[in-house]
Amino acid sequence: MIGLSHYLAVAAILFVTGIFGIFVNRKNVIIILMSIELMLLAVNINMVAFSAYLGDLVGQVFTLFILTVAAAEAAIGLAILVCFFRNRGTIAVEDINMMKG
Amino acid sequence: MLGQDLSVIAPELVLALYAMGALMWGAYAGRDASRMILWVSTGVLVAVGLWVGVHAGGTQTAFDGSFVSDGYARFAKVMVLFGAAATLALSADFLSRNELMKFEYPVLIVLATVGMLIMVSAADLIVLYLGLELQSLALYVVAAFRRDSLRSTEAGLKYFVLGALSSGLLLYGASLTYGFSGTTMFAGIAMVAGGGEPMSVGLVFGLVFLIAGMAFKISAVPFHMWTPDVYEGSPTPVTAFFSTAPKVAAAAMLARVLFDAFGNAVADWQQVLALLSLFSMFLGSFAAIGQTNIKRLMAYSSIGHMGYALLGLAAGTQEGAQSLLIYLAIYVTMNVGVFAFILNMRRDGQQVTDIASLGLYSRVDPARAAALAVLMFSLAGIPPLVGFFGKFYVLKAAVDAGLVWLAVAGVVASVIGAYYYLRIVYLMYFGQEVEPLDGRMPSIHWGLLGASALAMVLGIINLFGVESLAASAAATLVQ
Repeated sequence: MIGLSHYLAVAAILFVTGIFGIFVNRKNVIIILMSIELMLLAVNINMVAFSAYLGDLVGQVFTLFILTVAAAEAAIGLAILVCFFRNRGTIAVEDINMMKG
Repeated sequence: MLGQDLSVIAPELVLALYAMGALMWGAYAGRDASRMILWVSTGVLVAVGLWVGVHAGGTQTAFDGSFVSDGYARFAKVMVLFGAAATLALSADFLSRNELMKFEYPVLIVLATVGMLIMVSAADLIVLYLGLELQSLALYVVAAFRRDSLRSTEAGLKYFVLGALSSGLLLYGASLTYGFSGTTMFAGIAMVAGGGEPMSVGLVFGLVFLIAGMAFKISAVPFHMWTPDVYEGSPTPVTAFFSTAPKVAAAAMLARVLFDAFGNAVADWQQVLALLSLFSMFLGSFAAIGQTNIKRLMAYSSIGHMGYALLGLAAGTQEGAQSLLIYLAIYVTMNVGVFAFILNMRRDGQQVTDIASLGLYSRVDPARAAALAVLMFSLAGIPPLVGFFGKFYVLKAAVDAGLVWLAVAGVVASVIGAYYYLRIVYLMYFGQEVEPLDGRMPSIHWGLLGASALAMVLGIINLFGVESLAASAAATLVQ
């Protein structure tokens, strides 16, 4: 029987994968955008699993809001990325280095 | 019922409708209307700020208690609105000088401000998230507003990636909090969290992730790495905006979550905040010493100042919340003045941000140099200027709450931090003579710089009554 803890474990694994995708990846900014999406979807699994477990719809409503905002976020991220590409000519992570911080 | 709800969110509603109207106006009237839209937006922000400020009345909630308008929210909103209006007014000159005067800029600033108003009024995790994202998405865009500049787009990209990461952390915390408390309402979470028995492990994890996500937004160490780059790369008026209103809103939102949702579990978050505050204060002091770019220096300065604001919050008492509000009000006032100065650091019409260009500035323009010197002394927290009182209140709150070690560390960090503020004053009065900066300064910049410096001097009489206002605001937050 698949219970709440299985869903939470899957979500936690996906979430950590997303975080590592952002920090370990040295290749491409698109991969960072995918990792961000992965983190948000991991949260959605959490939300839906809790919602079903608690018998409470608020979690699923929250999920719909997260999906909507994630779409807007991806659109803005890609737009900024396009502007950056026009100036720099590359989107490799190691080339985002005009400023050191 | 709906009418009542709408009357509670009326300020946000008016601003949101105005933003949409302004977008239409700009789209139909074209580029020529941009300057007009900017000034009208400034006026609208000030008007809404006055409206929220004089609006009496106790605590009102809307939409089944998911949105709350109380004295605390109104105090924070007034700071946010005036901070946003002041930085918007400052940006006009820079934008037209650099061919950036587009109507989207004021619209985005107004939309970000709507998001901030929602953040400080949120009493539900969903509302909090939506307010935060409305603010963040608008800020990502304005950071990259100079589309043809590599630095600006890089700043936008970095801000976007790390901002999205922090949203992810915050959401993960929200999901755990929801799962282990069974509700997203702050009032419901408060009933489950603390109050006798210890919190469940899941709820503690949720709390830690929520704090981490919000610490990103206020750039507390160790979640500060985006700040210097974003401050340096963004166009200067955007940097001015970043260092005022969003900081206030995020800090006020953090206090709202901690006191409203986890107010019965102070011991669980006090240690976390104490560490965030300690690291921020010291990193803000040490890392700023080697900086040669004044925008980067202000980034580290803001990290340090947020450390002090968190020091008040870490006290976990009503006095602590009051000191947080006082500190933020003083911080915003000082930053508006400093950025009014930085925006006018130009040589042959080109913006310069090198600190060395201020060498012997007192001979070029003694009045402006004196105003900046007052602000630098105040930022360093040197008595008797108002900046000292901000630090005094947070340190007192920390000592009263038993965090003596943290207060002592705060004083030490403040002494170290004084070095780089005073170095600027030293350069202006005794430094190497360099090719002088341009002299002209728009009157609105003069007005804000002078008013800010004058407030730092005259405020020592009674802090303009902010103390008692902050006290009653904090009383509505901490019951």
